[in-house]
Order: sequence, then structure tokens, then C-alpha cells
Amino acid sequence: MRLEARPEISRVMFVAAPFAAVAFTLCVCSLLVAWAGAPVGRAYLLLLEGGFGSRFALSEMLTRATPLILTGLAVAVAFRAKLYNIGAEGQLYAGALAAVAIGGLPASGALPLPALALFVLMFAAAMAAGALLLLGPALLKTRFGVDEVVTTLLLNFIALLFVSLLLDGPMKDPGAMGWPQSVALPAELELAKLVERSRVHTGLLIALALAVLVWIVNRFTAFGVEMRAVGANARAAAFAGMRVQTVVVKTALLSGALAGLAGCIEVAGRAGYVTLDMSPGYGYSGIVIAMLAQLNPLAVVVAAVFVAGVLVGADSMSRAIAVPTYIADVIVATSLISMLAATMLARYRLRWR
Amino acid sequence: MEPPVLTLSGITKRFGALVANDAVSLDLARGEVLGLLGENGAGKSTLVSILFGHYVADEGSITAFGVPLPSGNPAAALAAGIGMVHQHFMLADNLEVLDNILIGTEPLWQPFSRRREARAKVKDTARRFGLAVDPDARVGELSVGERQRVEILKALYRGARILILDEPTAVLTPQESRDLFATLRQLVVEGLAIIFISHKLDEVLAVSDRIAVLRAGRLVAVRAVGKTRKAELAELTVGRKVEMPVRERRVPGHAVVTMRGIGAHDARGHRLLDGIDLDVSAGEIVAVAGVAGNGQQALANLLSGTLAADEGLLRVGGHPLPADPRAWIAARVARIPEDRHAVGVVGDLPVWENAISERLRTPAFTRFGFVRRAASRAHAAALVRRFDVRGAGIDAPTRALSGGNMQKLILGRALSVGGDAAPAFILASQPTWGLDIGAVAYVHQCLLDAATAGAAVLLISEDLDEIFAIADRVGVMCHGRLSAVRPAESWTQAEIGLAMTGTEGAPHAA
Repeated sequence: MRLEARPEISRVMFVAAPFAAVAFTLCVCSLLVAWAGAPVGRAYLLLLEGGFGSRFALSEMLTRATPLILTGLAVAVAFRAKLYNIGAEGQLYAGALAAVAIGGLPASGALPLPALALFVLMFAAAMAAGALLLLGPALLKTRFGVDEVVTTLLLNFIALLFVSLLLDGPMKDPGAMGWPQSVALPAELELAKLVERSRVHTGLLIALALAVLVWIVNRFTAFGVEMRAVGANARAAAFAGMRVQTVVVKTALLSGALAGLAGCIEVAGRAGYVTLDMSPGYGYSGIVIAMLAQLNPLAVVVAAVFVAGVLVGADSMSRAIAVPTYIADVIVATSLISMLAATMLARYRLRWR
Repeated sequence: MEPPVLTLSGITKRFGALVANDAVSLDLARGEVLGLLGENGAGKSTLVSILFGHYVADEGSITAFGVPLPSGNPAAALAAGIGMVHQHFMLADNLEVLDNILIGTEPLWQPFSRRREARAKVKDTARRFGLAVDPDARVGELSVGERQRVEILKALYRGARILILDEPTAVLTPQESRDLFATLRQLVVEGLAIIFISHKLDEVLAVSDRIAVLRAGRLVAVRAVGKTRKAELAELTVGRKVEMPVRERRVPGHAVVTMRGIGAHDARGHRLLDGIDLDVSAGEIVAVAGVAGNGQQALANLLSGTLAADEGLLRVGGHPLPADPRAWIAARVARIPEDRHAVGVVGDLPVWENAISERLRTPAFTRFGFVRRAASRAHAAALVRRFDVRGAGIDAPTRALSGGNMQKLILGRALSVGGDAAPAFILASQPTWGLDIGAVAYVHQCLLDAATAGAAVLLISEDLDEIFAIADRVGVMCHGRLSAVRPAESWTQAEIGLAMTGTEGAPHAA
């Protein structure tokens, strides 16, 4: 068995790859479902129903998809420029912390500002915090050639421990009866609900708008050309007069800001305060989503909806039959591996002789 | 007559709609050199890739030494004694030469690499075939020419009995080429069989016993060397008559590029350039000859704005320029880099984005941060038309272009560096490396026309035929130094060869 490069990569195959990957993933995971002793067909049906099958399911799925779109965008932007940002999780927490740090101020009476100004400031602070967290690894990469996979991955743990420190210390909510959670945002800083009697909030609209915006930046701006050129061939980009290091740093700022925004929107749209289990790995799922979307910002939305549906649907399914919710993590992880294989198979042909 | 050592029968290989090889049948006899001629895209590389097991033929079979060769198995090809020296080197840049040669030759369970014996054998092989390479050098730090020597050495080390050389002389001096030819003759006397792939007619005529010509995937002719001429071969490869451009006498104007005592070092302090003095005037083509790895690349980088000189004076159009490609682009310097794929274009981006990449951030192509798509695409379409870039539309990924068409695209982008204004200075580094005859003629004509139009042209080349075809003045680089730059007519082949090996004497003054 061997691989042979395909002379041209067909568009059909490129588009079909993620769907093939997902189909393959579901086949593989059905073995696990069967192993757990549940009927495979019913399990998947329940999963589908739980993720997409009712008004409640859809609203929950969209609530879950909102931060996933943003982390997916953060990763897609960075990966396109070959900046392997594995740290969206940490940047999300940094953004959430910054949002609460600004948004929680009125409670202490420290900052007498109108709500609108505070609202804008809160978003700006969250984006800046996410961006700053990725700025370090980006500068280390461009100045000293330090591998950003390592630095961004490890920064996740530092960020989470820092959050833990603050939640048990200066930012601890005195009214939370000892729970490690931050002070809450005042009601006027929270995002409005999009649909009544659900948790879907206007953050979804912000995420969708940003997906379009990132797509436009990618496709129609000079910066977009530079990002793609630097990602595909940095030497040729430099030869053509592009400032490779500047492009990488700007990309990092954009990526980090998107992930930081995910944290802010989670806080302002859903919880109202920061906890240590605020994100069930949104930053890491963002990597899966970006890969499933082939780094296309618009496809990120679709991929995020898929992943959110699986996560929400698995919760609901596990309540009905004896399959643990971990099946969702397995599905998401397997789809990443299948996607990587599918991308390779779109580029190479398998020869059995 | 003894049976052929290698028989290809009816080899057909399709890539989608493209028929890369169309029922090609060939014999190779013991003790002969078979020249394989053909333009880029004629199917030479595909054919030898099938032979070496990188590709699987759709139809046809291969027999080596009377035994059918299993298809798609490079290990079997190696075991059958087929050695391959690839055009694109198959070397691990981060390893030393010795390790590169040893990769795959030692069993994995052997606890220690037998490096001492291996080193001795490598050195012995190298000496026997005159392939000077330091076994302890890191491949990533070697020049293109040195890497190729490692490739040849690697095949010989593995005891190849059929040796396939893909464009082997592209990076050698005439003397080295002659030495290589002598080596090849020696090898065939000892019973090896050699397939020598090249697009250089003189070379193929000089080294081969028989010549097979491929065109558009078909084997169009097999000729014994005594029974053919250069003109016939040229026509067979291209399928029509080719007119090679002729240099006309021009009167040079003022000096555009002035270099005085230029020196440069790499990051580890090795000297790359040493006391370079060079003037290139408007309307003249100055060529720098030399063996790969003697500082030409540093000179090209310096004049592309990607390397800074540590000493000396460099002026372009009377002004010093910083080591920043943007400044050079702004000064209307047309730069044609040596490595098309790695430096010239971003292969994954569409043709039109590569066509404007040098001037992306200028008002002509970007407004308020947005790319002016209509203007950009119109420019790219015009460029593709004017420079006859074929094989893919402006929306296709640039890597889909063949080498010749990619070079035309780069040439077009470089020559339009000043927008409507003609370039002031053209740096052409190996502009025809690996191109077929038709594309070579085209590139040469473009450079000649540009010089006639008043551009100063510096041609860095390892191909002496090219240099004497179009250069007005010629200098030779060796060990980072540049010889006296003299009129092309005043050099003899022997003098150039001596200068290339650094035996000319002290580098010039003035």
C-alpha cells in the first residue's frame, strides 16, 4: 500500500472530504455505542433529536455553537497563516476574565461610566486580553523561532491556573457562598436574549457577523493575501516584499482577539460570571471545527453547528439510554483524525499494489 | 547480441485527462548511455518515476536483468540495481552528507551505525568518481551543485548497475561536466547502463550512444548518436523549428549598479562574498559565471534585497538600498530568483495573486486595505497574455503551471515591477534552469529586449552556453570572489574553466 500524489485536487473532493470524515466517524463510533450495549440506530436518532430535533434542542445547540464559532474562527485565521495557535482555550479565559474585570467594576463603584461605554470597553478589554496572551508566543516565534505549538498549549494551563488564583482571591464573588466564581456582571451589561424562553443570545449574531467579516478579510483584503501567502510559502512571501513577521504578529492579534471575544460573549451572554469549568474545551474544539471547515471562515459556522449538535445531543441521548456523554468527545476527536486522513486522501491517491 | 538489461514495454500513465506517457517502449543495453531528450512536461520524469517505483503505470511492464520488476516499489527497483539521481533532490537537509548516503542502507536492528567503514567507502567512491563532497557537512548548508554530487554518490554507494541521471549537469562547470562524462564512460565500460536525461542537446550528443526523444508523452524517435544532428534533435523535441535569439551590439549607458569592495557573511560568520567590485550599466548584460556554491546565491540575495552586505559600497541608480525587498521593488529592480518554487511564487495562491504579489500594497492594487480585484485580475490577465503563460487560467493555483510557464509568470511580474515604467535593473539568477528549449529562447529574448530598452541586466548562471549567447561582459565567481569582468569575446573556454576553479590568480582590481 502506498500513497501517490494526485496531479490535481478536485474541488468536489475538497468539499466532500469533511462529510466523508464525519460519516466515517459515525461508523467508527457506532462500534462504541454497540459496545456500550445500546441500539446504534436509536442512539444516533436520539443524538440527532437532542441536538437538532426540537425548539429547545436547537436553542441549546445554538447557545453552544456561539463560542465554538468564535474559537473556530480564531484557529482558522491563525492556521491559515501557519501560526499553530493551540491556545484558544487560554485566550478564551483571558477574555472572560478581562470582561468581568471591566464589567464588574460598577458593582464596586470604581468606574462611573454609562452602560454603553462600559459595554464597549468590556468587549475591547476581552479582545485585548486574548490578543495579548497570543502576542507573547507570536513574538517568541518570529524573533527566536520558538515553536508556538508548545508555547500556546502550555499557556493554556498557566491561564487556567491564573483564573483559579483570581477566583479564589481578588475576583472571588463574596456572595457566592464559598464557590470559586467571579463577581457577576450587572444585568445591563448582559447580552439580550435572541429567543424568548431560551438561552440563545445576541452573541450568536456577533459570531455570525465575525465569520463573514473574517471571510471578507481573508478573501478581499491585502492583509488576507499576505496571511495566505505567508502561510503557504513564507520565503516567497518575503521575497515579494511582504513583512512576514509583521503579518504573523498581526494574525496572532486577530486570532487571540477572536478567542478572547468568545470568553467575553460566554460571560455576557450565558453565565454572567467566570467559573473554572466555564469552557468545556471550547478552545480545543475550535481546532476540530477549523480543520473540519478546511480553515474557511464561513464553513466554520457549519462545523461549529455540527460539533455543538453532537455535544448537546449526546447529553440528551445519555439521559435516555446507557451511553455515557463521553461519546460526544470521542466523536469530536475522531472526526478530527478522520478529517486529517480525508485531507490527505484528497491530496494523495492510495495504491494497493 | 546479449539481452537488454532493462526493457520498458508499452508504458502508459494517465493523470486524469492528461496522458503523461503514451505506450512508451524502450530498451537499455549493458554498457550504453541512453540519452532521454524532451521538453518539460514531455513525460521524462514520469517515465523514470514509474521505472523507479514512485508511480504505478496504468499499462505496460518493466523487465530488469530479465526479471519482471514489481511496479510501485522503490525498494525493489533499488534491489534490482537501479539507481536514481533526481532532479529535485531527495535529501534530508537537516542531516549530514554521510547520514544521507547511509539512510536506508543499514538494517534497523543493527545497534550502531558502521560509520567509520561507511565514511571510508564514501570517501573512496567520491575520490574514484571525482565527486568532491565533505561527508560531515550538513546537506542544508550545501549548494545546489554539492547536493547533486551527494545524490550521485548515494546511488553509486548503493551499487547501482543501472543509473538514471535526471538533468545531472545543470549545476556543473564545463570541466566538471566533462569529468562526469568521463566518469559515465568509465562506468559503462565497467558494465553499467545509464539513462541520461537532459534537455541540453550538446550534452546528450556528447555523452550518449543512443538518444530517445519524448514529446507529449510519446516516444517520437530513437536515434544512434552518429546518425543524427543537433538541428534534427531540436526539431524532434519541440515539434517545430526553434530560432535562438542572437545578441546584437548595444552601446552601454551610465552605471546603474555600482558595487565596491562588497563583503558579506552568513549568520555563522562564514564569508559569502569577498571584495566584490562590479558595475552594471544601462543597456548591457553582464553575466556572472561560476560553479554552484561559490557565492552566486549570496550575490543574488544581496541584489534582491534579502541579504545585507557587511562591508563595501552598493548603489543602485546612485542611491544605497537597504536589505528590504520592498525598497528594491520600489527602485524598479526586476528580480528573477534562482528557485522558482521555493522563492519565486507561492504555489498555493492563484496565478493572479502571484502576478501582483510584489506590488500588492501599492495604490495600483490595494485601496483602503482591500485588494482591487478588477484591476489586479486585469493586470494578471494582460501579463499572462503578454508573456505567453500557458497551462492554467489566472484563478488556478500557481503550482499547476509547468516550470517554463511559472518562469514566464515570474519574468512577467519582474519586468512589470515599475508598472508602466521599464525596470532600471534586472537581476536574473539561473533564469533558464530546467527549462526547455522554447522557453529558454523566450527568456533570453526578453532579457535582450530589456537591455536594448535600456535596462541594466545582471545574469547569474552556471550555463556557459547561456552566458555566451546573451552576455556582453562576463565575470567568474569563485570562493566568494569575482574575477575581472571582461567582454564576452575576450574569454576562452579554458580561461573560464580555470577562473571557475580559482586558479586564475588574484582577483582583479578595477
